[in-house]
Amino acid sequence: MLKIKRVPTVVSNYQKDEASDESVGCGRNCLGACCLNGARLPLYACKKLEKSGTGEKVVISGEAREPPVSFLESLVLGEWEDRFHRGLFRYDVTACETKVIPGNYGFVAQLNEGRHLKKRPTEFRVDKVLQSFDGNKFNFTKVGQEELLFQFEAGEDCEAQFFPCMPLDADNSPSVVAVNVSPIEYGHVLLIPRVLDCLPQRIDHKSLLLALHMAAEAANPYFRLGYNSLGAFATINHLHFQAYYLAMPFPLEKAPSKKMITTVSGVKISELVNYPVRSLLFEGGTSMQDLSDTVSDACVCLQNNNIPFNILISDSGRQIFLMPQCYAEKQALGEVSPELLETQVNPAVWEISGHMVLKRKEDYEGASEENAWRLLAEASLSEERFKEVNALIFEAIGCSNQEEELEGILVQPSGSVNQTGNRTLGGPITNGTASECLVLQ
Amino acid sequence: MLFHMIPVFGNDDGRVIHFVAVQVPISGQKMRNGSGCSEMVFGSCRREVCLGSFVHQERALPVECDEQELENWEHCEASESEKLKSAEAVGSVLSVLTRYSEFAGRLVCGKRNCLRGADCLSSSLVISLGRIKQSFVLTNPCLPDMPIVYASDAFLTLTGYKRHEVLGQNCRFLSGVDTDSSVLYEMKECILKGQPCTVQILNYSNRKDKSTFWNLLHISPVRNASGKTAYFVGVQMEASCKDIESKELRPETRQLSVVGAVRVAVRSSFMATC
Repeated sequence: MLKIKRVPTVVSNYQKDEASDESVGCGRNCLGACCLNGARLPLYACKKLEKSGTGEKVVISGEAREPPVSFLESLVLGEWEDRFHRGLFRYDVTACETKVIPGNYGFVAQLNEGRHLKKRPTEFRVDKVLQSFDGNKFNFTKVGQEELLFQFEAGEDCEAQFFPCMPLDADNSPSVVAVNVSPIEYGHVLLIPRVLDCLPQRIDHKSLLLALHMAAEAANPYFRLGYNSLGAFATINHLHFQAYYLAMPFPLEKAPSKKMITTVSGVKISELVNYPVRSLLFEGGTSMQDLSDTVSDACVCLQNNNIPFNILISDSGRQIFLMPQCYAEKQALGEVSPELLETQVNPAVWEISGHMVLKRKEDYEGASEENAWRLLAEASLSEERFKEVNALIFEAIGCSNQEEELEGILVQPSGSVNQTGNRTLGGPITNGTASECLVLQ
Repeated sequence: MLFHMIPVFGNDDGRVIHFVAVQVPISGQKMRNGSGCSEMVFGSCRREVCLGSFVHQERALPVECDEQELENWEHCEASESEKLKSAEAVGSVLSVLTRYSEFAGRLVCGKRNCLRGADCLSSSLVISLGRIKQSFVLTNPCLPDMPIVYASDAFLTLTGYKRHEVLGQNCRFLSGVDTDSSVLYEMKECILKGQPCTVQILNYSNRKDKSTFWNLLHISPVRNASGKTAYFVGVQMEASCKDIESKELRPETRQLSVVGAVRVAVRSSFMATC
């Protein structure tokens, strides 16, 4: 079993050290059965998804009708600012110094000394991407209702709808948006799909589509959603996405890409070139659902093959980046250099996208493109392993035969053999050495 | 393509009125010659401008032309002569613009004129703030008498003043004889302590009827990217008796959302300039 020690991020004021986390006594207005009765929260139901059969691209932010600052954006910002005034956050993130690191890529560095204080390092198992939900550990049913901003659902109407005061219905598990009390930027929130269903951190088609809906409805390219799988620096095994505002392009978004294939449904898949973390970019498709489903298929494949990954949903849901990674595994195996470990920076989705949250003043002051690159490169799969992983993904989404680039590592029946081989092994994740690549000619 | 973009400012109020963008093809090795495209391409990029994203000037960016071209794409840098060419093109467009703006009575220029006392906000910040359609002003506490450095269009509509009449002024011109001085004192105290406050205050407009209105005013300090208070934002809402439709956001939430949007805009615009 591979484990690393790290300081868990405190996303809720009700999150205590695991050791002292006793059973949920109440009187704190949580989401448990004890407190839920009669609880109300605004509900935002977004526009219905357009049918894919129309053949036209889904125009998400209708230029004509959408007000410049969208309704959902006002809701997120207004409610977040309200929680800020109520003193729910552990620190004022706008007081954290931030700068763009000089260079070609524009990595963003933030000095955040408050985020990790007063927490003991905890052990995290990093060699299992799928772990079952454990109700004894901290999860989002234990957050206080004041940390919730609103309910969010994919609506049935062709117009977005808003209900300022909607009961929280225990029988129809609502998806909710909550603040992250340790924000890394303004407006840092968590989207928790069907919170009462207690889903483990695991991508499923419906939930990813919900996240994509949120990106589309927010209608601001600077509001991005991110996802960390277990083993890729998720600290809470309860399904959640993160999101915040940073009015600046991320280096990952600016990286040039090279087209690999287009799926039957028109989703274009490219690989990033000239970026420290080898990543895939998914875009296009006849509908948002196509795009979402393709990425979900890819994620399910990674999950089943026990490969940790991060997701960034960009450009109001039009672009999705998928980054398989192996930093935690390397860390557990003692393969990461002490200098990198000392910075205590965990390359989760935001760091990989180019927003580096630094904990030590000296790292902030000495931040350079080179340092950022070195850290991120450590998280990347090797070229060989990346190709193997791509082959698995392409097979999973039914595109395995299309590309000549895959020649040499792709042979028809072997893919599935390889896959099951990995799964039944269950041990440490293969790290991309040539000997581990099983190819039957 | 070498993409070169500059803002064009109004001569009298320093606002960004246009952008001029020039695209110069970079003669890379793989470039097919004689493809029939003209030497320089002038384009519009409305969407990017509206979103307030900025393009680095001196860098070669791949511009997606067609699939074929993209596949052959290789990283290449613009040469000095190509940079010169784009700068010349920008210069000539600017001079034409300037000449014709004289006839239109609204002079433009490539360099920004600052108003007396008021510091200039970066054009990226002005564009980000321009997306926020509600009534608000930014004031600069570092300047003597805390003048207004930004006023939204909705603020001008609400108060009936012209932009040049309010920029550089302290907000007190909105008060009149019947304005409660204890409320003014309360606001002053909060500002000195650097704390947010919400008050209801009687304001005097410059609208045609010179009417007064009850202003539900929220004031908050706004920090820049180094965490220092750079501005105070004041968000005005005309208090009205009419019932708010139940499907709308609460007025308080809408007001706070402006504060949030301003925080995001200010913070991000300072990141690159630190």
